Amino acid sequence: MKSLVAVLTVLAAIIAFWYAACVPMNIKGVLDQAERAGVEVTPATAKERRDRGEIGLVLKNTFAIGDTWVQERPRLPAPHQVAVELWETTVEKKITSKRSLIYHAQVTLSATLLGFAIGTGLGILLAVGIVHSRVMDMSVMPWAIVSQTIPIIALAPMIIVVLYSIGVQGIIPKAVISAYLSFFPVVVGMVKGLRAPDAMQLDLLKTYNANTNQGFWKLRLPSSMPYLFASLKIGIAASLVGAIVGELPTGAVAGLGARLLAGSYYGQTVQIWSALFAAAILAAALVALLGLIEKLVLNRMGVQA
Amino acid sequence: MNMETTTQAIQPEAAASAPAPANCVIEARNLDLTFQTNDGPVHALKDVSLEINKGDFVSFIGPSGCGKTTFLRCIAALETPTGGSLSVNGMTPDEARRNRAYGYVFQAAGLYPWRTIAKNIKLPLEIMGYSKAEQEKRVNQVLELVELSGFGGKFPWQLSGGMQQRASIARALAFDADILLMDEPFGALDEIVRDHLNEQLLKLWARTNKTIGFVTHSIPEAVYLSTKIVVMSPRPGRIHDVIDSTLPKERPLDIRDSPEFIEIAHRVREGLRAGHGDD
Repeated sequence: MKSLVAVLTVLAAIIAFWYAACVPMNIKGVLDQAERAGVEVTPATAKERRDRGEIGLVLKNTFAIGDTWVQERPRLPAPHQVAVELWETTVEKKITSKRSLIYHAQVTLSATLLGFAIGTGLGILLAVGIVHSRVMDMSVMPWAIVSQTIPIIALAPMIIVVLYSIGVQGIIPKAVISAYLSFFPVVVGMVKGLRAPDAMQLDLLKTYNANTNQGFWKLRLPSSMPYLFASLKIGIAASLVGAIVGELPTGAVAGLGARLLAGSYYGQTVQIWSALFAAAILAAALVALLGLIEKLVLNRMGVQA
Repeated sequence: MNMETTTQAIQPEAAASAPAPANCVIEARNLDLTFQTNDGPVHALKDVSLEINKGDFVSFIGPSGCGKTTFLRCIAALETPTGGSLSVNGMTPDEARRNRAYGYVFQAAGLYPWRTIAKNIKLPLEIMGYSKAEQEKRVNQVLELVELSGFGGKFPWQLSGGMQQRASIARALAFDADILLMDEPFGALDEIVRDHLNEQLLKLWARTNKTIGFVTHSIPEAVYLSTKIVVMSPRPGRIHDVIDSTLPKERPLDIRDSPEFIEIAHRVREGLRAGHGDD
């Protein structure tokens, strides 16, 4: 109960800050509109207002504050505008509609999940190899680290162009970019997890004359589970980012990335923000889902609640 | 380092190079082990010769760094000696390990937290390829042996430290190894629990007729349990004295107040003091 109050307080503070920020951000647009409508504003012309500070304009034209939260194309849309847009484009639109956010989210989601599956599989395989082979440890790990130092926004167009030239398009290029981002946390986490058993545990298996295979399935893999899930949570969020970034350079017509792009072409800030929120909600849902699976798995493994 | 002032090790009788008797299970001759570390070589074992016969309960006692754990690990083929010879069941230690000649109990119970007690005991059985029915049978047998019947379905965290250590002993008993190596298994437990487990261990030893190698820091524990007490001293790790216990096989806890017990304990203490030099 106490923590609920704290959580709600933080949330209220964020929303209050957001509303407050809308006022100076949107004041010039509101005043321009008001001037055109014949309302008296100070200073009277757009030219005079151009170099004035926003806070000063707000203080001289307090009547306009209310209007900064209801503009059609605000620089910064108010929370309720985003909420209304989200509602309209999810609940009130048919899923098949090109204006439905659910439709766009589902396009991005499928690329995300495919990329996540590829990235996780690749990450686990690489980790197993790195843990069992010193050569792989020395030859693969540096490249895995280097791969993450290149900004994905620079790499994504090249991946798409290269794949297109060999005839691969559609969901695959997006999934590849998504996998590219998500395999790394899985490699790092799994390597750490597979190496988690201490010397005594390994000695114990040695006294049983257990082979490498048995050591892997009976000790290393179960030991790595908590590490794996921590990595998967980072990985799935990275996958979503990858899928969205993958939609930007192609001028894709569907997907949350496409929605962001279209919004910025036409100055539809409300649309951009609602697409951003849809992406955030989707990521939160995916991470929460993984958290649930983690709980079930670790529960079955007898971990103390 | 006070090498010069350290008392010369008394050559124990068992170290004489007579041919080993037929029932000799573990035989070490002039065993040497030097670890190469960043600070130069560390002489962990020097000229260790010892025979352990079938059914013996041998304790290794001595201060830290005397090589008692290292010697046990050599028997288990977890360390490789750099000199001398060592045979276990007439084989090299590594062959003996591959033949699953011994069960090893570590200082920490080391149970897998994701397995129940019964599943933990099944671990070696699964690895060694016992049938499911045989696994069940043996788990019940050894759980009864360590007085943990009814706890098979519990997870390790639901058990006390003493119970966990008993479960780890059960795990080492589950397969047919006639040697049991125990590295300070009760070191982390409080005295009352320890007394109880010592009593149980003796009963278990009598019932199973295993050969036991037991590393400890505690003089009463060593004297109470053993048929043979090996007193070791450090830098370099070597055998200082081997005491054959004159106590009867049947040992109630209050035997520890008998003059015989006190006399053996006294000899162990003297040996430890002499071997310790003045550090």
